[in-house]
Amino acid sequence: MADYQYDPKYASEEQMAYAALLDIGWKIGFLLMVIFFGLYVFGVMPPHVSMDELAQYWVLPADQYLKAVNGPTGWGWMALIHRGDYLNYIGIAILSGVTVICYARVLPLFYRKGDKVYTAIMVAEILVLVLAASGILGGGAH
Amino acid sequence: MTRWMKRSWFWGLFLVLVLVAGEGWSAESAVASTVTPWWVWAAALFVTTFFLGIVAVLGGVGGGVLFVPIVGGFFFPFHLDFVRGAGLMVALAGALAAGPGLLKSGMANLRLAMPLALIASASAIVGAMMGLALPTNVVQTALGVTILGIVALMWSAKKSERPEVPKADALSSALGIHGVFLDAARNQEIDWKVHRTPTGLLMFVVIGIMAGMFGLGAGWANVPVLNLLMGAPLKVSVATSKFMLSIVDTSAAWVYLNKGAVLALVSVPSILGIMLGSLVGVRLLRRANASVVRKVVIGMLLLAGSRALMKGLGF
Repeated sequence: MADYQYDPKYASEEQMAYAALLDIGWKIGFLLMVIFFGLYVFGVMPPHVSMDELAQYWVLPADQYLKAVNGPTGWGWMALIHRGDYLNYIGIAILSGVTVICYARVLPLFYRKGDKVYTAIMVAEILVLVLAASGILGGGAH
Repeated sequence: MTRWMKRSWFWGLFLVLVLVAGEGWSAESAVASTVTPWWVWAAALFVTTFFLGIVAVLGGVGGGVLFVPIVGGFFFPFHLDFVRGAGLMVALAGALAAGPGLLKSGMANLRLAMPLALIASASAIVGAMMGLALPTNVVQTALGVTILGIVALMWSAKKSERPEVPKADALSSALGIHGVFLDAARNQEIDWKVHRTPTGLLMFVVIGIMAGMFGLGAGWANVPVLNLLMGAPLKVSVATSKFMLSIVDTSAAWVYLNKGAVLALVSVPSILGIMLGSLVGVRLLRRANASVVRKVVIGMLLLAGSRALMKGLGF
């Protein structure tokens, strides 16, 4: 996939590939976040936690808040994306997930060049990000 | 009036401001939260972060470092968990938006960023878990100390446009961390390499933990380490630091998201406000007196850091 121009003197092929995908990814995430937030605050999609209820509970720590509103942890929010508040998590998750997709995109480029050290670094980073996203670290499914 | 008396007056007034104003706001915040309509808070958050976005650009700092202590310390009723979650999203969104341009221009460097980001992002997970597990007053106190440390760093740290690196260290040579960038201001190509990479990696363990724990972003720490310690040129350091936030804050953001510490009604207006404010800030950059704005930023952080420390200590 060489649909971009680059000057290898200043930015490597991997760097340009990463940048191109990041540019698309963050814009999609941002746009969805804005659209879904509009649907949420203008009441087009009713929320799981009403706005008035939310204003009572956002003074609590996150764990107590979740108990009070019967909110999900981990990827449990996926079951609630028909609700306005949790629909917003799609845009937020794309913004939080675009980096790992960029890493996956450029990993083969490093591998093909025989750059074993950076291939290993990239695999390790992907594992770190997937671990963080998985919810295994204390999040768990609701 | 002697200088000593003037200073006493200043610090006395400062302390009263921190104590009285902060205490009043925080004591009423829980009640105000239920009395004030939700949309007022969302609108106030948008307006506040819009101005923070302007000030952040003019003061040369990231939005996250202003957002967490100011939104977490004054006016707003949100628990610190949600403020830190939103702070991470603010820093992440800004870094993601800036990343493509910085990478394409060659100012940010992938080979420099990746090893450091790996260490920092793994540490940020630990920091995020610690931040959500520790009692709020402990995190609040540590946040106050950290913000005051940032104030000291901003006040005293020097920057080096092009640090001298006599010889690249063995690790950076093995990793092939070097590059050339076009300094458009001088229309000059600049070759660079780095040294003290092992120490830099260790520093990023600490930076990652703090980024995850406080949701501050970490440009304030990344840049001095990349520039002054490792010897990367200032522009490469600033750009690579900004890009690295998109990786480091991602790992911490997932922990906050999975633990339910990200509220759309807090995070989204903040992201929009900071990003729009940053756009306005960039336009004002040519006309603003950077030195004055930087002092204002330092003053704001001093106030917010002191307030966070006192809240944490129960004053």
